[in-house]
Amino acid sequence: MNPPLPQEKTDGPMPEKTDAPMTIKPGERDRSLAAEVRSRSGTNFNCCFQCRSCGNGCPFIQAMDHPPNVLLRMVQYGMDREVLESETIWVCAGCHTCSSQCPMAIDLAGVMNTLRIMAMERGAAVAKPNILKFHEEVLGSLKRYGRAHKLGIMWRYKLKTRRWFSDMDTGLKMLAKRKLELRPSRVKAIKEIEDLFQHYWRKGK
Amino acid sequence: MSGRLELDFSYFPGCSMATTAAESNMSLMKAARILGLNLIELEDWNCCGSSSAQTMCADLGTAMAARNLSLAPPGRPLVAMCPRCLHYLRSVQARLKNDPETRRDLEERWGRPIPLGLEIVHFLEVLVRYAPGRLQQNVKRSLKGLKFVPYYGCTVFRPPSLAREKYYQGEMENVLAILGAQPIVGAYTHRCCGSFLSATDPELVTPLVNEIVDSAVLAEAHCLVTACAMCQLNLEIRCNSMVKLPVFHFSEVLALALGAQDYEGWFARHLVDPRPLLKELALVA
Ligand code: SF4
Ligand code: SF4
Repeated sequence: MNPPLPQEKTDGPMPEKTDAPMTIKPGERDRSLAAEVRSRSGTNFNCCFQCRSCGNGCPFIQAMDHPPNVLLRMVQYGMDREVLESETIWVCAGCHTCSSQCPMAIDLAGVMNTLRIMAMERGAAVAKPNILKFHEEVLGSLKRYGRAHKLGIMWRYKLKTRRWFSDMDTGLKMLAKRKLELRPSRVKAIKEIEDLFQHYWRKGK
Repeated sequence: MSGRLELDFSYFPGCSMATTAAESNMSLMKAARILGLNLIELEDWNCCGSSSAQTMCADLGTAMAARNLSLAPPGRPLVAMCPRCLHYLRSVQARLKNDPETRRDLEERWGRPIPLGLEIVHFLEVLVRYAPGRLQQNVKRSLKGLKFVPYYGCTVFRPPSLAREKYYQGEMENVLAILGAQPIVGAYTHRCCGSFLSATDPELVTPLVNEIVDSAVLAEAHCLVTACAMCQLNLEIRCNSMVKLPVFHFSEVLALALGAQDYEGWFARHLVDPRPLLKELALVA
């Protein structure tokens, strides 16, 4: 009845960022991570029996360093750092495939969301910096206009990540079809939005 | 529109529908008008918070969505078409029911109440609840011969908070079948379109989008019809399969069947031109 060890992975070596090998010593497990994730996500994942339905269905598993089911087990083992610095939590697009396939009705997408928020709060190293930059650019646009201005977002995103030539063709095609509007649509009472950024952005952190 | 009852709704367009997917928005407004559904744009709405705000700071995401609720006049339901907007507006409303402190703080900030009883519905639900008869009466251009894959994407009824509410499974088929089109089964209808990864990691998304479109080709569909404007865009721009199919937003096909004449402007904005297909089926001149 032993659960699969968390270091069991489908492919590739362990990410280099971990100093120590990912081994678990019985009795040294810190359960506070699991308790916090459980209460903040409102999802009880104690009943996960590692059937791997979630991992099998996840469309983005190839780009993850740990499959979703393994990540969940790592949460249960209290591996804060490995979990919060994983690529998995950032690659996860929140598509809820895992949540809808789980035979135990565990909302794994909700867990992933909680983990991303915790990673930001604790200042964990972000394993997919380009995805973080993208989210930051969207937020910048929300702060300026109250709405997402996609041309501005993509422009700044490309400026920051210097991925000029990947994808240029698509950008031009979209522009030609006027799908990237030149002028942002904006909220009139922008003061209300600025005020929200001031008071709620990482409040008390 | 002789003596027919007009039904009023508040309407939340959201950022995609308002800009990149303007054709979806125009066709939605058109279709609604023909059906006597009066969609009144929410005055000075802002972004629902989107995945980005909800990820980077949950409190800010809550506040962004809540501001929209505070702008909704009482007495008429708030309608969204974008599944993600619907998801965030609804889950934030649910969150605020259990968090009176945040709610009070926001209400004082704006001097406006946040209506916790406000009904937030998807446009599909409006159609099947209020307009099935009106659909039948208003078919101007039968979609006969159009074989489509109903592509719902991942959000319309998957998030557990939405799954407990109205179940939209099959509703696109129901509506478009009333209008004469033929739903095709056997293709991927709920696989994720890639969402924001389409912007950050396109090389990851292309094979997945190809699988979705290829499955529709294999099932011998003419096109895909999406419930979400972002899905529509991702399926078009990320597909590099040999055979590309036109991808419509649901509202475009709906408005077309209801006799809209201004479709040229919408279809010219598509990256996979749907006009040859529609001409072949004699749906457009
Ligand atoms: S599908 Fe559910 S029970 Fe199965 S491994 Fe994933 S989380 Fe655990
Ligand atoms: S929600 Fe995240 S982990 Fe779950 S299937 Fe989708 S991408 Fe994978």
